[in-house]
Amino acid sequence: MIEVKNLTKAYGNFTAVKGISFKAERGQILGFLGPNGAGKTTTMRIITGFMPASDGTVEIDGLDIFTNSLEARRRIGYLPETPPLYSDMRVEAYLRFVAKLRGVKRSAIDSAVEHALEVCGLTNMAHRICGQLSKGYRQRVGLGQALIHNPPVLVLDEPTIGLDPRQIHEIRELIRGLAGERTIVLSTHILPEVSQICDKVVIINDGRIVLEEQIKEIPVGTSLEEVFLHAIAREGHVEGATPEETLEEVGAGHSGA
Amino acid sequence: MRNTFTIAGKELQGYFVQPVAYVVLTVFLLLGGWFFFAMLRQFDEMVQLIQMMGQSDQLKQMNLNSRVIDPLLHDLSIVLVIVMPALTMRVFAEEKRTGTYELLLTAPIRTGEIVAGKFIAAASFTLIMVALAWIFPLILIIFGDPEVGVMFAGYLGLALLALSFVAVGLFTSSLTQNQIVAAISSFGLLILLYVISWPAEAGGGIVSSVLTYLSLPTHFSTMTRGVIDTSDIVFFLSVIVLALFLTQRSVESARWR
Repeated sequence: MIEVKNLTKAYGNFTAVKGISFKAERGQILGFLGPNGAGKTTTMRIITGFMPASDGTVEIDGLDIFTNSLEARRRIGYLPETPPLYSDMRVEAYLRFVAKLRGVKRSAIDSAVEHALEVCGLTNMAHRICGQLSKGYRQRVGLGQALIHNPPVLVLDEPTIGLDPRQIHEIRELIRGLAGERTIVLSTHILPEVSQICDKVVIINDGRIVLEEQIKEIPVGTSLEEVFLHAIAREGHVEGATPEETLEEVGAGHSGA
Repeated sequence: MRNTFTIAGKELQGYFVQPVAYVVLTVFLLLGGWFFFAMLRQFDEMVQLIQMMGQSDQLKQMNLNSRVIDPLLHDLSIVLVIVMPALTMRVFAEEKRTGTYELLLTAPIRTGEIVAGKFIAAASFTLIMVALAWIFPLILIIFGDPEVGVMFAGYLGLALLALSFVAVGLFTSSLTQNQIVAAISSFGLLILLYVISWPAEAGGGIVSSVLTYLSLPTHFSTMTRGVIDTSDIVFFLSVIVLALFLTQRSVESARWR
């Protein structure tokens, strides 16, 4: 559903993303994990068409995000790092606005807005002004606008950042409920998020992919944290280390120690 | 097309819920009222003076249009030069700052639709402003006998001038994240278009004619005197189209960097 091939992004002298490739199949929840500054947000922005890649391609449902931009964008729902709310609009009016922009048919707008409000727990907040919402609610409205047009692909950039534990739990439940037919890519640096919600994990460090693995392939007894720290450390030392070897090493380290 | 109006509608509503628009409107009308009062009083005094001195033939030359409305329109245009940049500075700059730019650029809409929608909203508000300033001619019509056609031509010129300012302001707003920079650049560009003909008097020949043609007051003055010349209308429309074209390029360039 989402296919990233050899993606590179350079800002002048600094290369943020260095030739990464990964895939998310239909119906999968992919966790995009990495330390701060690894290139997660840049990758999300390229996938959703906000900025172009310096090299490589991104295909959404077979459509190239750069050459077939308009069509590809129709299939994506995107929650950026900062929820893109207009602070002087009311929640319902805002969702209505996004619904129209995203091509929801006029007759379907009312039900789409109602559904989004319900799914995100915003029915009581429909008439609040976006600028007056707390962080948790802003995040929910952001999620609401990402799914208002019922897209087959959802790209969520750090959806639980800055939320309190209860809110985090709610958002995660929400995301888990959204899966099914939808393909979801969520980026985070919170490990439990990935192990609890995702089917697949891709770890990025310093612009390179250091691991791409199904969650169920991770050996029982190995915490994701170990895998993560090992992958990060490894990348720093050995050039050309393949992601598969990382898992083996962690496994070996376990049984050896 | 539908997207253009969705954006225009949302933007226009936005104008009415923030203070900037109201401040601009108030300043414009208040200063307009002050100038109108000053001009009219001056006119009145001169008429009385002439009557006292018994020079009735001079009285015929005292024209309400040329003595009151014409200078009023020129004063109003100066007020616009100062005030329009304040109105347009946030149009794109604010979106970049709050992160909603990402929403617009990742939605399945064309750049041209974004620019057109924002222009239509700003233009509508501006036209409302100019229409409200029609109160001055109205007062003259009730109490005096001015030439309505001439006043109409003058206000048409003011409207076209104001729309050019909007387009230029939109352009500078699209170049930066910083609203102050956008406002000052817009202000600077408008002043430039005002004074661009000054060196023309010194030189001669083709340079002089070109510079005079490019100057906004040249075309505006023709219209305030009551002449609706298509070449002046074309000039204003060209400025608007050029500025909007540059704005579209500027916004589009974000997709290519």
